[in-house]
Amino acid sequence: MSTLNRRGFMKGALLGAMMAAGLISGHALAADYPTAKVNTTGLAVTDTTVKVGILHSATGTMAISETGSIQAEKLAIEQINAMGGILGRKIEIVQEDGASDWPTFAEKAKKLLEKDKVASVMGCWTSASRKAALPVFEKDNGLLFYPTFYEGLEQSKNVFYTGQEATQQILAGLDWIAKEKKAKTFYLIGSDYIWPRTSMKIARKHIEQHLGGKVVGEEYIALGDTQFGSVINKIKLKKPDVIYAAVVGGSNVAWFKQLNAAGLNSSKQTMLTISVTEDEVLGIGGENLAGFYSAMKYFQSQDNDSNKKFVEAFKKRWGKDAVIGDVTQAAYLGPWLYKAAVERAGSFDVDKVQAALPGYEFKDAPEGPVTVEANHHLTTKLRIGQWGKDGQAKVVYTSGYIKPDPFPKGYQ
Amino acid sequence: MTLWEKMKASPLMGGKEGVIGLAVLAAVIFVVLPLGVDIFRLNLIGKYLTYAFVAVGLVMLWGHGGILSLGQGIFFGLGGYAMAMFLKLEASDPLSTKIQSTPGIPDFMDWNQLTALPWFWEPFKSLPFTIFAVLTIPALFAYIIGYAMFKRRVGGVYFSIITQAIALILSILIVGQQGYTGGVNGMTDLRTMLGWDIRTDSAKYILYFVNGLLLFGAIFLSKYIMSSKFGMLLLAMRDKEERVRFSGYDVSNFKIFIFCLAAMMSAVGGAMFTLQVGFMSPSFVGIVPSIEMVIFCAVGGRASLIGAVYGTLLVNYGKTVFSETYPEMWLFLMGGLFISVVMFFPSGLAGIWDKYATKYGWFKDKAEPVKKPEVSTSEGEAQAVLTETAPETSMATDSAAKKATRKKADTTPAIDSNKMRGAEA
Repeated sequence: MSTLNRRGFMKGALLGAMMAAGLISGHALAADYPTAKVNTTGLAVTDTTVKVGILHSATGTMAISETGSIQAEKLAIEQINAMGGILGRKIEIVQEDGASDWPTFAEKAKKLLEKDKVASVMGCWTSASRKAALPVFEKDNGLLFYPTFYEGLEQSKNVFYTGQEATQQILAGLDWIAKEKKAKTFYLIGSDYIWPRTSMKIARKHIEQHLGGKVVGEEYIALGDTQFGSVINKIKLKKPDVIYAAVVGGSNVAWFKQLNAAGLNSSKQTMLTISVTEDEVLGIGGENLAGFYSAMKYFQSQDNDSNKKFVEAFKKRWGKDAVIGDVTQAAYLGPWLYKAAVERAGSFDVDKVQAALPGYEFKDAPEGPVTVEANHHLTTKLRIGQWGKDGQAKVVYTSGYIKPDPFPKGYQ
Repeated sequence: MTLWEKMKASPLMGGKEGVIGLAVLAAVIFVVLPLGVDIFRLNLIGKYLTYAFVAVGLVMLWGHGGILSLGQGIFFGLGGYAMAMFLKLEASDPLSTKIQSTPGIPDFMDWNQLTALPWFWEPFKSLPFTIFAVLTIPALFAYIIGYAMFKRRVGGVYFSIITQAIALILSILIVGQQGYTGGVNGMTDLRTMLGWDIRTDSAKYILYFVNGLLLFGAIFLSKYIMSSKFGMLLLAMRDKEERVRFSGYDVSNFKIFIFCLAAMMSAVGGAMFTLQVGFMSPSFVGIVPSIEMVIFCAVGGRASLIGAVYGTLLVNYGKTVFSETYPEMWLFLMGGLFISVVMFFPSGLAGIWDKYATKYGWFKDKAEPVKKPEVSTSEGEAQAVLTETAPETSMATDSAAKKATRKKADTTPAIDSNKMRGAEA
């Protein structure tokens, strides 16, 4: 009898301890949330698992940029699973390759939503891929967490935008450089597609109407073009106080190398870019970039605790040479925000999750606390980083919190 | 004659085997697939079948005409964009675009600071004009390219390179002129066609069947052309262009015609693509998709119309399955598939079929020369010259060729076409 009693006691104690541990760390047990209640729309949610899609380019020209996002999302999901998952359910990843091809993104988004019935998708990178997949998400009422800073002019109830929209990235940065460098004349240059064009439109309005400055040149370079000779000659002629740049992809490497070769390094020329993160610096080379500025919401070198933990975990998982750019960090937020939204909603149903997320403050974000607004964008800070030869940026300015404004009045 | 005998005897069908081949394909497309897979997969297959239009066009152009165009994406894209322009205008009514600076124009124009609809967009408000444009604009464009090149006797690899360059130019043009074309994003979020919501499941079923019927129309048209005197000349041109020219034919006109026809078929595929997928983007215009389409045709067997359809389905199915199963290394698997097809089965799926069908004598009429189509006197002249190709063809170990060479000399020109028909499995 005594042994039996002891065993019974041990059992009870163990159970009690487990429950206490569960309560203390705020874990939800799947039993508290029966599947029939938390999943009324036929998503791939079982008593023990929930399927979440990852949809980025693992192949093709965009793979170099999007791999960081895939890694960050996988890391976040692994961490969430290690903590017990969402409502007691482990996340199962269904990964699809967008192959740097926008129509493929639409096809794969459809596959994830209609075949796999994933509860949400972390994905897309370029605006083009988002624009291609968006109608699918809207029609099938899916949920997309989109990590890239982008041009704004969009607000879908099926998307949460974890990167910055254009005004968040542009206005405070221009204010800073106008004040700090007493800049009056600006030269705008970007790759020729929707994001740089919209960004430059906003920048020009802000420079002319609010800063009392002057735009002395505005140039667009075809995507992938590597000939900057004539642009650089024009810049030399106009001698702008600031070059404001949004050159992307492979063009970036040529752009900075040719600037340097023409003698326009940071000691002679001030430049603020909105398209260079730690990921791009790997290709450009820190020595070609040293002294120039980037306006981003996140830099790997940020000195807060949550970031230090994130960087350490990321390097442990993906190798010590891995770098973390702005978008990678924003991608890391996606799974965490989804977890928070489901827990706030007490349900995996897309409509309830959508409704539950706005108003949530994610305190442990590596970039520092962020808040999800009613327009599905995040309130964040803007940081200006000055690049060093080692490919890391020193944060020289941090703004206050900036509310997202995807349809800015007076800037369209 | 019973219907069966009539069909067998018709050169249009290509003998008993041809009839069975077509019947099997029809059963697969119209019965097996719609019953066997769900609407999501069926919609994907519908998308693949739009590429088959291009592949069928390439069978005529490349397999039978010997003209390798690496720019069929141009015409697929033009057809697709014409349809997309119509759908985009319908999706951009002032009510649903009221948040724009200029309501009533497509969203990408608004982003690019356009304040009015460009003049060349205006006619695309009409569906009849759009359909007319889908058929004529690519054909006209092909005529200009074809005229400029074939009249100057540009051929072979030079023609391929030039078409490739034009595909690149067009995709750069579309990306660069984003205010007018939607740029690299393409035209997205197409919703309705004359108020009919093309995104619903029922619409997808209907579009799938329309697409299948149009594809069969294209196959029959191609069969008709290839079994006509023109088809015969096409083969002759492929094998000995100079001799056809010396026989008094204007080779360039035939080439221009077949190039225009292939372009028109590609454009129909493009328009059906836009309808089924719901958008169009420059990634279907450039070099990569154009070459991919040649690969579909090569995998299926470049001389076989039906093989081209199966090739398109197989390659795209492989692409989808591999990329779903191995998202990080599927390109290597696709590469492996292409390499093995080219190395081990140079005449593609149709070649494999053909080999076994002949070996086991599944179709007795296969090796028999099909009744020669009516020939005019002018072709009689051509034959006199063309019969000289006999020693070359008889070198072939193909049993069909052997049997046929035993026949009278004047049936020899039919050998190649018989081989071709045999391959139309």
